Amino acid sequence: MSTLVRIHELTKNFQRGSELVQVLQRLDLEIPQGDFLALMGPSGSGKSTLLNLIGGLDRPTSGSIEVAGHDISKLNDTALGRWRADNVGFVFQMYNLLPALTAQGNVELPLLLTSLSASERRQRAAAALQLVGLSERAQHKPRELSGGQEQRVGIARAIVSDPTLLLCDEPTGDLDRKSGDEVLDLLQALNDQQGKTIIMVTHDPRAAERARRVLHLEKGQLVRESV
Amino acid sequence: MWSLLWANLGRKRSRMILTLASITVAFILFSLVEALQYALVGGVDLAGQDRLMSMHKVSFTQPLPRNYLERVRAVEGVRSAISLNWFGGYYKDERTQVFSYPVLGEEALHDVYPEIVVDPVQMNSWMTERTGALIGRAMADTMGWKVGDVIPIRSAIYFKKDGTNTWDMKIIGIFDNPNGDTNGLYFHFDYFNESILNQDNIGWIGLRLKDKNQAAQIAAKIDSMFANSSAETKTSTEKAFVQSFANQMGNISSIVTVIVVAVFFTMLLVTANSMAQSVRERTSEIGVMKTLGFSSARVTGLVLAESLLITFIGGLLGMLLGTLAVKGVAHAVKQFLPLMSVPSSAYVLGLICMTILGVLSGALPGWQAWQLRITDALRRS
Repeated sequence: MSTLVRIHELTKNFQRGSELVQVLQRLDLEIPQGDFLALMGPSGSGKSTLLNLIGGLDRPTSGSIEVAGHDISKLNDTALGRWRADNVGFVFQMYNLLPALTAQGNVELPLLLTSLSASERRQRAAAALQLVGLSERAQHKPRELSGGQEQRVGIARAIVSDPTLLLCDEPTGDLDRKSGDEVLDLLQALNDQQGKTIIMVTHDPRAAERARRVLHLEKGQLVRESV
Repeated sequence: MWSLLWANLGRKRSRMILTLASITVAFILFSLVEALQYALVGGVDLAGQDRLMSMHKVSFTQPLPRNYLERVRAVEGVRSAISLNWFGGYYKDERTQVFSYPVLGEEALHDVYPEIVVDPVQMNSWMTERTGALIGRAMADTMGWKVGDVIPIRSAIYFKKDGTNTWDMKIIGIFDNPNGDTNGLYFHFDYFNESILNQDNIGWIGLRLKDKNQAAQIAAKIDSMFANSSAETKTSTEKAFVQSFANQMGNISSIVTVIVVAVFFTMLLVTANSMAQSVRERTSEIGVMKTLGFSSARVTGLVLAESLLITFIGGLLGMLLGTLAVKGVAHAVKQFLPLMSVPSSAYVLGLICMTILGVLSGALPGWQAWQLRITDALRRS
């Protein structure tokens, strides 16, 4: 499999008052296309920071991140935004749906940045909702959905623009076991059947078991890999 | 994007309704104040550019000798001229004022005031009817008078030699004025003059020029003609005359401007606070939108569009209700403020105010949305 994400000597520091916090230290990592990778580690180990950097939500202090051959650390904010819209889908722990919009409206949101017509957007969003099994809840607002359903809408929003890379930050962290399993089933299906490359941050070993590879971070460094 | 805008507007209904209500009330007030200003000084804009008003240097309440009219007519460059007097007319009760003017040089009335439109047959009849009067359409409608009626008009200023102050007038014609006041009554100077004690005095002279570019020279010439006499004149353009008359009620424009600025400043605070609160509540949502690829410019644009939408909905509703309110009030005050209406310039000014207020109230939250870093926004969710 070809390499989709190539990370070289990635360092990220934060300034907290007078103290310099080193979150990631000269980290090297390669993620092949079609991989399902779980990132585990204690709080403050740098998992979410690494996920944010791969997704272009934050900028590295030094080092480079190449995704599909593009060094995203060199893109300006506007180009980075456009790149995210075209290539990356995000799934959040707290779902982060817009409460004023229906499930359909939330899923359509990334498509507002495309040149698709309103009817094409509706069709694409309906197909994504069908894929996550929520067609009949399309016109419901987030507050009318259960946590598991909200997360499935979040996944539909992440995949509606057909990105190559899905970044999931604790996608089951706020769900009960049954709903969590449903979400993991869905992610696994997207990886197996549609070849989506998934990077998932999780504290839950049961969730990590679904991944093809598990990387363990501690104090900003990769300490172990298990398959 | 429209669906997103509408959805955001409806998220906190009670706050949105209160904000819209405050904007609406502000623009209702704006419409009323603009209409009042127009009613008081609107005549300034309607005043002819090629007309001069010549009156006593002290005040237009001081009389001028009758022969001044002929002398003014003889000045080169004067096309036509008439004189009028302030009669102080009322009907039955002093509270029912009738703006009536004895006219000398009646044959030139239409030439000096071409905006007065009257049936030529009625005009000719009026010229030959000693007690005849021409009344405006608004007066006819308000008082219920019609051609042929004989009405007793009393004067609060003049008395007849027999001690009475009533002039019976027969309505001969009804005039229109497409752009101005039709709440006046014109009658013959001779009918007025023959019965009063202090005869042969006129109030002021209205004159039309052959060339409006000659206004300054002709005004100076007229005033110099009567300089050092017992009744010196002050001649100015009709516009300046109407303006000075309006200014006797105070500097209306300044008062109105102060009121409007105060109202809009308060409204700006209300709307800006509402927008800032609304955007602050949506910090994590803005972070999500940026995560999905919405640029800072687009997110800021959405905030500004939302702010403009609120201002325009409230503002247009306010202008509409204000116009309806003015229409209602106008009927009641027709007799005193015949021009009471929202002028078209007020709608243009209203739209400009809505745009400025929308942009200003959305500027700070828009800037905050622009500056918001995605990781900070998501951390707050």
